[in-house]
Amino acid sequence: MGLKIHGHSHHGHHHHHHHHLVAVSLNEQQLGTKRKYRTYFPRTNQGKYLALWIITFGFAAIYVYRCIDEGHQERIEEGLVSMCDQRARMLQDQFSVSVNHVHALAVLVSTFYYYKNPSVIDQETFAEYTARTAFERPLLSGVAYAQRVMNSEREEFESQHGGTIRTMANKEPSPHRDEYAPVIFAQETVSYLNLLDMMSGEEDRENILRARSTGKAVLTSPFKLLGSHHLGVVLTIPVYKSKLPPNASVRDRIEATAGYLGGAFDVESLVENLLGQLAGNQEIVVKVYDVTNTSDPLIMYGRQTQDGDRSRTRVSKLDFGDPFRKHQMTCRYLHKAPISWTATTTASLGYVIVLLVGYMFYTGAIHIVQVEDDFDTMQQLKVRAEAADVAKSQFLATVSHEIRTPMNGILGMLALLLDTDLSSTQRDYAQTAQACGRALITLINEVLDRAKIEAGKLELEAVPFDLRSILDDVLSLFSEKSRNKGIELAVLVSDKVPQIVMGDPGRFRQVITNLVGNSVKFTEQGHIFVQVHLAEHSKAVLESKSDTCMNGRSDGQFKTLSGREAADDRNTWDKFKHLIADQEFPFTTSQNVTLMVSVEDTGIGIPLHAQELVFMPFMQADSSTSRHYGGTGIGLSISKCLVELMGGQINFISRPQIGSTFSFTCVLKRCEKNTITDPKRPNYDDLPTSFKGLKATVVDNKPVRAAVTRYHLKRLGVHVEVISNIGIAVSDSGGIPDSDSGSRPDMILVEKDVWLSNGNVLKSPKMILLATNITGMEFDKAKNAGFSDTLIMKPLRASMVAACLQQVLGTGKKVEQGKVMANGSVYLRGLLCGKKILVVDDNRVNRRVAAGALKKFGADVECADSGKSALDLLKLPHGFDACFMDIQMPEMDGFEATRRIRLMESQANDQQTNAGSMDGSTTKYHLPILAMTADVIHATFEECQKSGMDGYVSKPFQEENLYQAVAKFFESKPTTES
Amino acid sequence: MASIAQLQKQFIEYTTTLYSEGYLNDQFKQLQKLQDESDPNFLVGLVSVFLEDSEKLIKILETAFKQKTVDYEQVSLHVHRFKGGSSSIGAQRVTSVCVSFMNYCKEKNLDGCLWCLQQANHECILVRNKFEVLFRLEQQILKAGGSIPMME
Repeated sequence: MGLKIHGHSHHGHHHHHHHHLVAVSLNEQQLGTKRKYRTYFPRTNQGKYLALWIITFGFAAIYVYRCIDEGHQERIEEGLVSMCDQRARMLQDQFSVSVNHVHALAVLVSTFYYYKNPSVIDQETFAEYTARTAFERPLLSGVAYAQRVMNSEREEFESQHGGTIRTMANKEPSPHRDEYAPVIFAQETVSYLNLLDMMSGEEDRENILRARSTGKAVLTSPFKLLGSHHLGVVLTIPVYKSKLPPNASVRDRIEATAGYLGGAFDVESLVENLLGQLAGNQEIVVKVYDVTNTSDPLIMYGRQTQDGDRSRTRVSKLDFGDPFRKHQMTCRYLHKAPISWTATTTASLGYVIVLLVGYMFYTGAIHIVQVEDDFDTMQQLKVRAEAADVAKSQFLATVSHEIRTPMNGILGMLALLLDTDLSSTQRDYAQTAQACGRALITLINEVLDRAKIEAGKLELEAVPFDLRSILDDVLSLFSEKSRNKGIELAVLVSDKVPQIVMGDPGRFRQVITNLVGNSVKFTEQGHIFVQVHLAEHSKAVLESKSDTCMNGRSDGQFKTLSGREAADDRNTWDKFKHLIADQEFPFTTSQNVTLMVSVEDTGIGIPLHAQELVFMPFMQADSSTSRHYGGTGIGLSISKCLVELMGGQINFISRPQIGSTFSFTCVLKRCEKNTITDPKRPNYDDLPTSFKGLKATVVDNKPVRAAVTRYHLKRLGVHVEVISNIGIAVSDSGGIPDSDSGSRPDMILVEKDVWLSNGNVLKSPKMILLATNITGMEFDKAKNAGFSDTLIMKPLRASMVAACLQQVLGTGKKVEQGKVMANGSVYLRGLLCGKKILVVDDNRVNRRVAAGALKKFGADVECADSGKSALDLLKLPHGFDACFMDIQMPEMDGFEATRRIRLMESQANDQQTNAGSMDGSTTKYHLPILAMTADVIHATFEECQKSGMDGYVSKPFQEENLYQAVAKFFESKPTTES
Repeated sequence: MASIAQLQKQFIEYTTTLYSEGYLNDQFKQLQKLQDESDPNFLVGLVSVFLEDSEKLIKILETAFKQKTVDYEQVSLHVHRFKGGSSSIGAQRVTSVCVSFMNYCKEKNLDGCLWCLQQANHECILVRNKFEVLFRLEQQILKAGGSIPMME
């Protein structure tokens, strides 16, 4: 068995290594290209870019702030300028108004004092006039008129005015001078000036000199006024004795000078008043300077300490009518201009937004880079995982292959050993070893199978096969075990399932075998029941009758095969009878047949916690299970894969201590029986037809079991009637012999337990006893009752039933003595003895080994060292019965050589038919060619077939291996010439 | 001259070491079984053919590796033959060297190949010596009139 599996389950794992390696390298290439991302952002140094961004936009923000602030500053500046200019102008205007009045006074004095003779003005008049017109000169504290008196005229003057001329400084009589300017008229407010010599004061003297030489109003530099603490200036206007021409010279002017009119301007009050009238007085600091001497400006107004905002200063020129004196007004804001809030907020808010955007980009970039890196890592990990997966498969394949080779050796040797004379103990040991070895090989093959399925390398065949005979085969595999355990093992295929279907019989069998094997393993009592129905039919029945679910219990017994409770209570008789009922089920005419296969057992069940893991490889319910029952648990996972490959699903219902029901569906193709003409496929055996039309009565009180019996008999063409009581049967068969001969059964099949319980010892040659297991005592009883030859041990199989019936009914025809499987060298010797065999191999050693091995079995061996020489030897006609061909040879490999041989043969065959064969039975040339290869994987069966080979054997030659290969074709065509 | 029993014992021990040290494997046992009266020199002939072939192949390989460009396909073909021969004869250690040799060929790993070639040569010489001793023992036993004990 091990070797057989070895044969078909191992092609092509060499291929998939290769394939995977390519896949991996492809992946790596892909990875290589994938790493080049299209980047729109920096992949490294994001921090630097962020800093750059912050700095750049920091400058931008400052620039924006400046722009906005500039306008603001301009407006402030403009305000200052306009305020300052306004004040300067007003001051100037006021001042000139006052000056004009003083001018008017001067005109008055000259007109009425000098031009009138005698003078019409005296001190009283002047005082009164000036007092009454004082409102016109609010800024002048007072006006006075000083007469020009030469030293020569002093005495006359003093006598005339009744007083001496005094100096201003100490009010003492003036010392001797060239010229004097004593005050003669004074406003009452300044009456203390009377007869004071104005020329005695430095300032006034200068003023007087300048005034008379220019003829204009002149001003002194600012000084503290007498009698008040205010700063002020003295205005002096000359009064001439006569009218002067406009272009009079300085000398003329001095000559013509009669006196001087003066007044003190209280500048501080002036400016104070003025500013008081204007709005915005609080905001600015105003200062007025005399800047005649530019290096040393003299302050006229304003506190020195009050500085205001030094950053912004407006200077306005003042023209007080004295060309010699220069005055200016400086204005400053009292407080620093407030910072522009708009500018600040705009700039800072903008900056904050930009910062946030920058930060977003930064984190985004970092995130993207990280995600991409993660992706890369994942990709690498994926590649590595895939590589690891490939490596795993490779490892599995290699290891299994490496194990298989020595294992085959072990098994072969054990087979050889068993052929020798051994004591019974030795034989027992050897057989045990062989069984273990086979188990190991099976396991390895399973592992390889799984690896292959995982790699998607498993392809399903599509050949016609007989489902029922496959199920019978599976049953026969386990019949021994089930009998030993006393389990009822039965199979039932619905009538609606076609006889022949297209599919992969091997894989189908593998699944069933696995499921049944598990059931057998885990069941100690009760039954194992395999059912096959059409999926749609089964579904329809289950759906329509789901209301009558009573768990099938009646009289303390469950209506199942053995009467024990089953896990899936839908499968009890209540449903079952509908399934097997003869009613027509509307056939779908589609090409596909979907089968529903269920395997029901009453074993230990699967613990609830383990139910999810059932289809995982190497998972058994728990470790104690595997210790107790052995096995690896890989089978179910393979079954699941296979079922899925066959287009179906597998699932199960299991209840601990009650049992499990595994069921799966699979899609097969419909196939008409008459289209199959390939005799080489022994996937269905033809049952004997000699029982057609017979009638049988089955006595059984368990309807399900009866249905199984009926099914097998029906396959043989026997009409079946089921009754539950043996009494009825007896009365039917013998009691009333001629009531209706047509209804008389030809045989009666009785279940053992019915027969025993009934106690009715009825001897009839046509009675057959059915038993699952039988004790010695029962057997004796049965023997006594005449059942010695007519006892059918279950599980039932159609062929077995047929054999038994033949015996009972004596329907002539010796039972075909089966194919005696002399599994050993004796048989092989028989097959090969005298056969002429050609061995083609380029390797001398191999050639000799092969020849030696074949010779040992009596074959007549000839060798060829190359494909070419083989072709020469095989020129038709030749006397060879078979050819063993190495595949890998230089120049012409085994495949090529075979192709050529086949070509030669077909040409010869054509010639034969063309020549008009003399007798129709001329044998066609077809030399069996077997490939020899060390590489079982490489040599797929298809490849061999493609080039026309009939099979292959693995090198190095081993007996069992050889037997498998040779038996296949020498058996199938047992009449070779010679 | 040692007694037949001694010789036989020696033979068995020697063969056992050959198996346990992995020079030979079950395949050789099977070949031993193939030898019977009809072809008494079957094994000796087979082994000598194998050794001859091996020498030839090693020479071919050596020259192949002396070329400027090594034709790995050709080389691996030769190695394959080498492997086939050795596995047929059951010279396990040679076979395993051949397997790694094949792998290096696939990789086109020159150093690995050269190492393997050296290794193969070495193993061949070793196994040749082993075979010589084995056959000499056999001869001695036969000459002394004993029979070759079967290894089971």
